[in-house]
Amino acid sequence: MNQEKAELLRFTTAGSVDDGKSTLIGRLLFDAKAIFEDQLEAIRLTSERRGGDEVDLSLLTDGLRAEREQGITIDVAYRYFSTPKRKFIIADTPGHIQYTRNMVTGASTANVALVLVDARHGVIEQTKRHAFLASLLQIPHLVVCINKMDLVDYKEDVYNNIKAEFEKFSFKLDVKDVHFIPISALKGDNIVDRSQNMPWFEGSTLLYYLENVHIGSDHNFIDARFPIQHVIRPNTDEFHDYRGYAGRVAGGIWKKGDQVTLLPSGFQSKISKIDSMDGELEEAYPPLSVTLLLEDDLDLSRGEMIVRENNQPNVDQDIELMICWFSEKPMQLNGKYTLFHTTREARCVIKEIRYKLNINTLHRDQEDLKIGMNDIGRISIRTTKPLFFDSYRKNRITGSVILIDEGTNATVAAGMII
Amino acid sequence: MEQFNYRLDYLRELESESIFIIREVAAQFENPVILFSGGKDSILVTHLARKAFYPAKIPFPLLHIDTGHNFEETLTYRDEMVSRLGVRLKIASVQELIDTGELTEENGFNATRNYLQTPVLLKAIEDGKYDVALGGARRDEEKARAKERFFSHRDEFGQWDPKNQRPELWNLFNGKKRPGEHFRVFPISNWTELDVWMYLAVEKIPLPSLYFSHTRSVFERDGMLLANHPAILRRESEVPFDEIIRFRTIGDITCTGAVRSPATSLDDIIEEVATSRTTERGGRADDKRAETAMEDRKKQGYF
Repeated sequence: MNQEKAELLRFTTAGSVDDGKSTLIGRLLFDAKAIFEDQLEAIRLTSERRGGDEVDLSLLTDGLRAEREQGITIDVAYRYFSTPKRKFIIADTPGHIQYTRNMVTGASTANVALVLVDARHGVIEQTKRHAFLASLLQIPHLVVCINKMDLVDYKEDVYNNIKAEFEKFSFKLDVKDVHFIPISALKGDNIVDRSQNMPWFEGSTLLYYLENVHIGSDHNFIDARFPIQHVIRPNTDEFHDYRGYAGRVAGGIWKKGDQVTLLPSGFQSKISKIDSMDGELEEAYPPLSVTLLLEDDLDLSRGEMIVRENNQPNVDQDIELMICWFSEKPMQLNGKYTLFHTTREARCVIKEIRYKLNINTLHRDQEDLKIGMNDIGRISIRTTKPLFFDSYRKNRITGSVILIDEGTNATVAAGMII
Repeated sequence: MEQFNYRLDYLRELESESIFIIREVAAQFENPVILFSGGKDSILVTHLARKAFYPAKIPFPLLHIDTGHNFEETLTYRDEMVSRLGVRLKIASVQELIDTGELTEENGFNATRNYLQTPVLLKAIEDGKYDVALGGARRDEEKARAKERFFSHRDEFGQWDPKNQRPELWNLFNGKKRPGEHFRVFPISNWTELDVWMYLAVEKIPLPSLYFSHTRSVFERDGMLLANHPAILRRESEVPFDEIIRFRTIGDITCTGAVRSPATSLDDIIEEVATSRTTERGGRADDKRAETAMEDRKKQGYF
């Protein structure tokens, strides 16, 4: 086995109860041998108790009592499987209650989004919503799985029509890489094995695609950004003057000797060492957690950022965002919220709500500006101190924020910087 | 194609993610503690915490919830590790609370102190004024845990409310809380059992001998092999016998099932886990009590 060299791929599945999402996940897990006998036995017993004839694979993903009682999924569930080529993390998001909130959560770290389309119904409102959210969250790769091909006699023209229909609206979206695969999750066509029923389809199977899609450039390796997360000061005799800046590389490739600029002070220094418990590192790059040491004795702290002089992020207190609202209590214009951005914490005030977006039609509503649960809108905020940021398109880590209600401490919004 | 070289293999990526989470705990909380059971998952969390703060020592104590029904090997390993790493160890004893009458022990054949761990844990958190406890729970272990967050918010009674969890996006973890509330943080949420074993092998981390094949007096109950030990009441029909076994998980003696196994090295274990057709918790009596046993325990404050 060559698991040690395998990469990690995170993908999200979006769809509702009826389009076969649970069956698709069940099929992937089952064919990748990630379902165990005791798990199968447990869901077989439950299926029987509920009076079902077949083993209901969706029971694998519905973990909580209320979910199983009501036959719905409440929350994002994470599933794992691996093949000799890659390890996979599935963020399985439900299609109905709090749909947007869950999909946005699952999508925020995904490399690939799977959007399911029922071959009998074609592109529906929900398909557009899924695709839009995938583009808003800048998931680098989108796979449209046209499912239930067995119910339309595996006809090529059904596939072609849905593909054309999807492309007709997706050109308006900001997605770089779209793939189409005709499948039957129930029968197993084009999931792991090539379908004998669709010889006209020359593309790859879903698993082959997931194992081979190029994700090496999903991180930003150009713009060097290192948010300081924690300062390491051992205070021991052996490491008396040690002052290490611990953090996770948010962008760029870092080497010993690199000339760096520190924000907000603007001071210059050089990297004297990239440290780890396994010894000194030659280079650091996303998403590695490392410790940087600088040549000069500077007193930096959490929330500050190490960058390069000739490639700096924006430094500003006035920020434009696309926002997805998670709370039952609507967003308050002129309201104040706590804001987390990289490792920096600030407060902010909502200065203006520019529009609310209808995610089915992409219409920008400038009349009804009430941003409630699951709504998406464009806003401008002012922060109590400057943030060091990039646009979300450029860097998902330095371009994202969350807002926190100061009364309840709940996370009430996800924001993507424009 | 320069970027070809800048890919992390998945174990390094998981490691980096976990280190990030542990450092975030140090930055966002006042008084963290690591829950240490002597099992491989808490050994892994402790190892990752060393990496997160190197060359400084782990800035948090370890907390062992001691049911009093321990395998001797677990305690030997624990004490050796604590002195090797120079960390502080706190022990919260189930026996003590039974002795003072604060807890009542189950009795009978299926008696276990596993459920008594929850009140002891909550009391230890309160007494130590810990505002966060790091644990080695993984999402692949159990279906209720598949919906757990990295930062799991608990109210002043230590309860988990699965319907009211904070969404976690990107690298942004919200550890804000009111006085009296606390968090459980699970840095290895995204690791599978196999990932843990692979990593322990790559990192050459020493482990308790219980995980490796040895001969032990056991008896069979409900298809499970349990250790023949004074802590477990045997029925007359449950005749003990010697068997070559190892443990896939390590917990309280009364509910930790053994598996027949010839695996004497980490490579053997990896081979065994990779081809196994049952989950590791398949041998845990505590999960078999009810379909939602884990969910119910978590809601009451279990980790």
